Amino acid sequence: MLRYDVVERLHRRQRRCETGPDGGTRVQTFGGEWLVIGLMTIAAFGMGMTLLNLNLIIGPSKPSAAKAAPYESGLPDITPVKPRYSPRFYVVAMLFVIFDIEAIFIFPWAVIFDDLGLYGFVTMLSFLALLFIGLVYAWKKGALEWV
Amino acid sequence: MPVGSAATGFGVRGWGGRAGGHATDMAAEQPLWLTFIVAFIFMNVLLIGMAYMTLFERKVLAAMQDRMGPTRTGPKGFLQPIADGIKLLGKEDLIPAAADKWVFRFAPLVIFVTAIVRVAVIPFGGTIEVFGTQVNLFAADLNVGALFLLAFGSLGVYGIILGAYASANRYSLLGGLRAAAQVVSYEIVLGLSLVGVFLLAGTLSVREIMERQSVDLQFGPLVLPNWYILSQPLAFVIFLIAAIAETNRAPFDLPEAETELVSGFHTEYSAFRFSFYFLGEYINMIIVSLFAAVLFLGGTDGPGTEQFWLLGIVWLFAKVMFFLFFYVWLRATLPRFRYDQLMGIAWKVLLPLTLLNILVTAFIRLVGNGQVF
Repeated sequence: MLRYDVVERLHRRQRRCETGPDGGTRVQTFGGEWLVIGLMTIAAFGMGMTLLNLNLIIGPSKPSAAKAAPYESGLPDITPVKPRYSPRFYVVAMLFVIFDIEAIFIFPWAVIFDDLGLYGFVTMLSFLALLFIGLVYAWKKGALEWV
Repeated sequence: MPVGSAATGFGVRGWGGRAGGHATDMAAEQPLWLTFIVAFIFMNVLLIGMAYMTLFERKVLAAMQDRMGPTRTGPKGFLQPIADGIKLLGKEDLIPAAADKWVFRFAPLVIFVTAIVRVAVIPFGGTIEVFGTQVNLFAADLNVGALFLLAFGSLGVYGIILGAYASANRYSLLGGLRAAAQVVSYEIVLGLSLVGVFLLAGTLSVREIMERQSVDLQFGPLVLPNWYILSQPLAFVIFLIAAIAETNRAPFDLPEAETELVSGFHTEYSAFRFSFYFLGEYINMIIVSLFAAVLFLGGTDGPGTEQFWLLGIVWLFAKVMFFLFFYVWLRATLPRFRYDQLMGIAWKVLLPLTLLNILVTAFIRLVGNGQVF
């Protein structure tokens, strides 16, 4: 019963969004906004490339074996660097994925919260409670301990 | 400033409520070339601001340590950033023999481009009239603007981790991994701390969030601006901590802890490729300060902005300077955290607090809307 009420309210909200403040059709500028951002990305990339090329023109270029060696506090590096690292970073990455997906669910919920009402609150309460139990579990298992 | 009609008298209903509705209606339509000119001006202002941020930081740090700071280049060292830029342009661009050449070349550009494009959704005011033409003081009013800012902030991690991996250096790799783990951990906290603001504003558009705050709330004799710092103080503090960690600044600058990791992920970089990391970090600081000012401190809102739009930019500038000063102040005051402490704060303290903040805000909002009881 509660749920149909929510669906009805969301439909009303959608109709409200499709009309502008004066009741007329709202101007859709969605595509243009992203076009601006695309152009800005290209401009920023162009700025960066210009500066780098300027650097190549102005800066000296006298390569030597010592300059091409990796930095290793004054001693010659005898073993090649292999990308090996601690598995703790994987645990952090997994936790990140879980909680970032959680955040993706929460953002739209927050925006339409007023239309969802009590139904939305109870749903999100149970969702957050489940995730919090997951966090406590990971905590108790030692996934959050770094040392 | 208009006083919200629904927000009279003390009550939960006035607590951050959408009192005035839309403060102004939709932005004026303008041709694409005009938008692009505005965007280009913003990008250049950001670059100049970044250059002078370095001078500001050195001057403030010097004052806090009872020194003079740069004085020789120009009057009171005012030309120092330009001299630094020219010097970096004249340096040799080294690429280590063992490096993954193409990734090494392009990784710094990733952090630079993602940092600078973020300015697109920051509103520097509403719509103004210049020579009879309506000009919007923002490049793009995305309906997911706040998400765009967060997303591009985390895209910058690719620049760090790819550069670190491609350097073929132990210190770089460790620094890059640390940076990535730190940024993704605080990324969650940063995003979730803003949910309270989105709940109150009911939108993800940065411009609309700013406009919602330009309404005054009246609590009996007291008239307060509807700035979200007042209704979301906990979220503001958490956002500030997470933002400092996200930009890898002191006391969370573990990725470039010089006592352990030489210079962290950019150890092998030199000349202008090095300075792209530097640029990216400082631009991100400015963007995060702008973001905080717009989301929590009302952005361009302040006395007199109704009459003069330029005053709004002055107010925004003052708020941003406050945050930037806070960054430098922290750097001069606090020692660096240990890495396990750093990760512990994010996962064990800040994350539960943000979840609690979301639930409490949602509950008060529910009661305030009269949807329960």
